[in-house]
Amino acid sequence: MTKLSTKHLLGIKDISREDIDLIFQTADNFKEVINRPIKKVPSLRDVTIANIFFENSTRTKLSFELAEKRLSADVVNFSASSSSVKKGETLVDTVNNILAMKVDLVVMRHPNPGACVHLARHVDCSIINAGDGAHEHPTQALLDAYSLREKLGSLKGKKIVIVGDILHSRVALSNIFCLQKLGAEVRVCGPATLIPKHIEALGVKVMLNFREALQWCDVTNMLRIQLERQEIQYFPSLREYTMQFGLNRALLEDLDKKDVVIMHPGPINRGVEITSDLADSEYSIILDQVENGVAIRMAVLYLLAGQTKSTP
Amino acid sequence: MKGRTLLNHQALSHTLDRLAYEVYEQHTDFENLAFVSLQPRGVELGERIVGQLRKLEPNQKILHGKLDVTFYRDDFRRREEMLVPSSTEMDFSIEGKEIILIDDVLFTGRTVRSGLDALLDFGRPKHVELLVLIDRRFSRELPVQPDYTGRIVDVVQEERVKVEWSKDNANNRVTLFSEDQ
Repeated sequence: MTKLSTKHLLGIKDISREDIDLIFQTADNFKEVINRPIKKVPSLRDVTIANIFFENSTRTKLSFELAEKRLSADVVNFSASSSSVKKGETLVDTVNNILAMKVDLVVMRHPNPGACVHLARHVDCSIINAGDGAHEHPTQALLDAYSLREKLGSLKGKKIVIVGDILHSRVALSNIFCLQKLGAEVRVCGPATLIPKHIEALGVKVMLNFREALQWCDVTNMLRIQLERQEIQYFPSLREYTMQFGLNRALLEDLDKKDVVIMHPGPINRGVEITSDLADSEYSIILDQVENGVAIRMAVLYLLAGQTKSTP
Repeated sequence: MKGRTLLNHQALSHTLDRLAYEVYEQHTDFENLAFVSLQPRGVELGERIVGQLRKLEPNQKILHGKLDVTFYRDDFRRREEMLVPSSTEMDFSIEGKEIILIDDVLFTGRTVRSGLDALLDFGRPKHVELLVLIDRRFSRELPVQPDYTGRIVDVVQEERVKVEWSKDNANNRVTLFSEDQ
């Protein structure tokens, strides 16, 4: 297969195993490119990409922007704080105005789940979801799975536990879809108040005891506690959370886990979900995740842009 | 599918020998020379030429890189099917080196153009030459000419030239297929 089955990347749920394989294969090539002295190829020199961020982001925005620039695309950035959204313009109008300035691809982050799906129905261009509320964050899941595959080889039969605030996490949902499509077994672990109801319907087992979860898994993906999304208090205190669900070296040694892989989508709250020394340890692939993020995003942008036709 | 054989394995083997000797005649300083084959089809040819030279100069380290040009092509977003990139393996610096670029068939010259762009992203070579097995004369769309040529063929636009390599080299051949074949 040389083409994605979709015009947009809205979520992992909508793409196939073959799509994921094609993205990984293309990312291998881009990973080689970004490790050259000149980290740039001219593929997208006639493509303009708008990064529309209605929600704060440092890592994802930077990663997308670098990916776009390394493909030689023209980039325009737009964030909600400096936009006419505050003046009452609708999402579709805002984006259509940007498209009228001849933009080919839109990368969007939005606080509302489904915002990208809505946009894809109403505007005529390819949309890449850079996170929509607590729904999906497809490129994060792709780079997580890609980093794991790099570390472990095939993900078939691998046991992965996602720990923390599953309820508010788009990373968790996209990771579940992506890892399952690649044949891994996924479980979630966290305080009962932060586990969404009916998550078992996705084929995911819930574990409330972190120690047991850690004993079971090959890989643990430590999510950040998203205090900014929590409108009520879900657990008594951060200190208590850390005692129950925080990862530290003593716990790993106690369980005699020598080959566990530790992931984190960032930003890390050092000392909360993971201790500082483990985040920087040989178990951690956190910085590989960041490096691979650029390669994965280059692959997604390249493959989606390749489906749009150049207008002479 | 049966085409007309342009070179059978014996003729091809002589041609490869001649190409290797032509390069050998022109270049004695292997320290400053590197071969770069274009992915995917130039690599088989490159390996044979370089292999031949390694036999002639067993004590020399002869550099051979593989370059993929997919991201440098000028027909991205202009063709129906997307191309699958191959790997690039350039584990040496080309700065100040003499480079021999290798591809199997020279047709429109567009791949070589992309290859030059891709190559220059790895540094500034002193000098670049082009080696091809088959030169499809009169089909050029860009002003690109080879320095070393295996065989010149005059074929019309619709005909296809296919170079096939076998592991033991016993079934190597170059075949011409016409439009309806």
